[in-house]
Amino acid sequence: MTPDDPIARYALRLGDDALIMGHRLSEWMSRAPFLEEDIALSNVALDFIGRARLFYQYAAQRVGGDTTEDTFAYSRDVRDFTNLLLCELPRGDFAFTICRQFLYDAFALPFTEALSGSSDPQLAAIGSKAVKESRYHLRRSKDWMLRLGDGTEESHQRCQRALDDLWLYTAEMFQSDPLLDDLIARGIAVDTPALHEAWLATVSETLATATLSVPDTDVEVVGGRDGIHTDDLGFLLAELQFMQRAYPGLQW
Amino acid sequence: MDKANVSETEERTFQARIDAEEKIEPKDWMPEKYRRNLIRQISQHAHSEVIGEQPEGNWITRAPSLERKAILMAKVQDEAGHGLYLYAAAETLGVTREELIDRLHTGASKYASIFNYPSLTWADIGAIGWLVDSAAIVNQVSLQNTSYGPYARAMVRICKEESFHQRQGYNIMMTLMKGAKLQREMAQDALDRWWWPSLMMFGPHDGESAHSAQSMKWKIKRRSNDDLRQQFVDQAVQQAEAIGLVVPDPDLKWNDARGHYDFGAIDWQEFERVISGNGPCNRQRLAHHKNAHDEGAWVREAMAAHEAKQRSKARDVA
Repeated sequence: MTPDDPIARYALRLGDDALIMGHRLSEWMSRAPFLEEDIALSNVALDFIGRARLFYQYAAQRVGGDTTEDTFAYSRDVRDFTNLLLCELPRGDFAFTICRQFLYDAFALPFTEALSGSSDPQLAAIGSKAVKESRYHLRRSKDWMLRLGDGTEESHQRCQRALDDLWLYTAEMFQSDPLLDDLIARGIAVDTPALHEAWLATVSETLATATLSVPDTDVEVVGGRDGIHTDDLGFLLAELQFMQRAYPGLQW
Repeated sequence: MDKANVSETEERTFQARIDAEEKIEPKDWMPEKYRRNLIRQISQHAHSEVIGEQPEGNWITRAPSLERKAILMAKVQDEAGHGLYLYAAAETLGVTREELIDRLHTGASKYASIFNYPSLTWADIGAIGWLVDSAAIVNQVSLQNTSYGPYARAMVRICKEESFHQRQGYNIMMTLMKGAKLQREMAQDALDRWWWPSLMMFGPHDGESAHSAQSMKWKIKRRSNDDLRQQFVDQAVQQAEAIGLVVPDPDLKWNDARGHYDFGAIDWQEFERVISGNGPCNRQRLAHHKNAHDEGAWVREAMAAHEAKQRSKARDVA
């Protein structure tokens, strides 16, 4: 199920990040702290699902045959998914969801900006569309970090705890590997290791304003790009893929 | 003039404005009962939109394709938006959203009883969109002419989105009916379970409706329950037949003389049973809402605290 074509594999990574993140966000529907947030969270979730579809459609086009966007979302098992572990962690409380989003959005904005300059025209087009969304996402998650970090004692503690739990998973965003190195050299993939410094600067600045501390740890948990996931992804896929697994080969 | 006469004059002027099809606006004088009646109806409507997120929302994470998933997310998001317009419309009558939510949680305020039924299969998402949203549209189109301005204007916006919802639901049913045998059976089963509850959505027969007469006089309601229900049946029966579904009513028959379908008796005992708490999901629906609201309390407090800090900082600068 993993294609040989390196660009398709790259598109799948990015599609997996977006699908799994969008799925986690969509779990908030009818569960947000107030009605406006139900709407806002589902807006962001929709952006990610839309992005996943574009990446998967492109991968399907490169793979050819009967492959569609849904083949990738619904017919692969845990070991074939190559999303960042950060995206798959259970949604937790509102602080966890917001902190995850902030850490990711601060990465996604420079990432999508760079992707829009990819030498691959399709990836560049997806990047250009996504960059507008990511700009809004980051503005929103930054605002929430300020409110929750510099809100009440409880919200501050919840946020700091979430940051401490999430921090270990952020290194994976900047990790390099042979596939990435090859595509970076060809001007196709975003040079993610090079984004780390700017990301850390954005994050540190917002955390300082929000009276929160940058977690002090060297622990780095990685594996998603190699299909080594947390236990949680299997359960997420069991739910996501239920219909296609229970009733294979039908149109819905 | 004594006080009684003043209010009698005001009431007469008020009724004259209603009779002349003028819209009543938030700052206008209105009888206390008109205000209370509207708060009851609008908040019940708002709660229905919000509780309605649950039976459909629980299929967002299980939708059978990415396209269906995105459409369903957008739809459920719209329902939340409708809830928001409606709470805002109710707030113009001098009640807060917090109070309305509290009344929902204590059971003092109701929501549409149909959402106490579970959405067991994917076909239920089709049936809810097609039938429940159709019923809602029939009712809401008539409410675009309701006498209270903010409510009427909210309805205009909501109706536009509901017709998209109705089409997505019907499209799911149509796709299922063109599919495999098990898909057609799934669609028929969903229709069997959602048909009668959809008819009940229009409320008791005209003769037995507690609030109807006064609401019609004040033009809060524009058409009677039975009249709206008939319109819904006439539309839905033809839509069902067009895709090969059988409406689960042996008494259903076209009546040439009336120009409408005759249909069987509604089981009002079932309606009473479900509305009074014995539906399959009553407890879960309320508990889910209450739980989300309670778990969100610290977030709302944090927002308020942050805002207060910002205000005091701004004052210090000034």
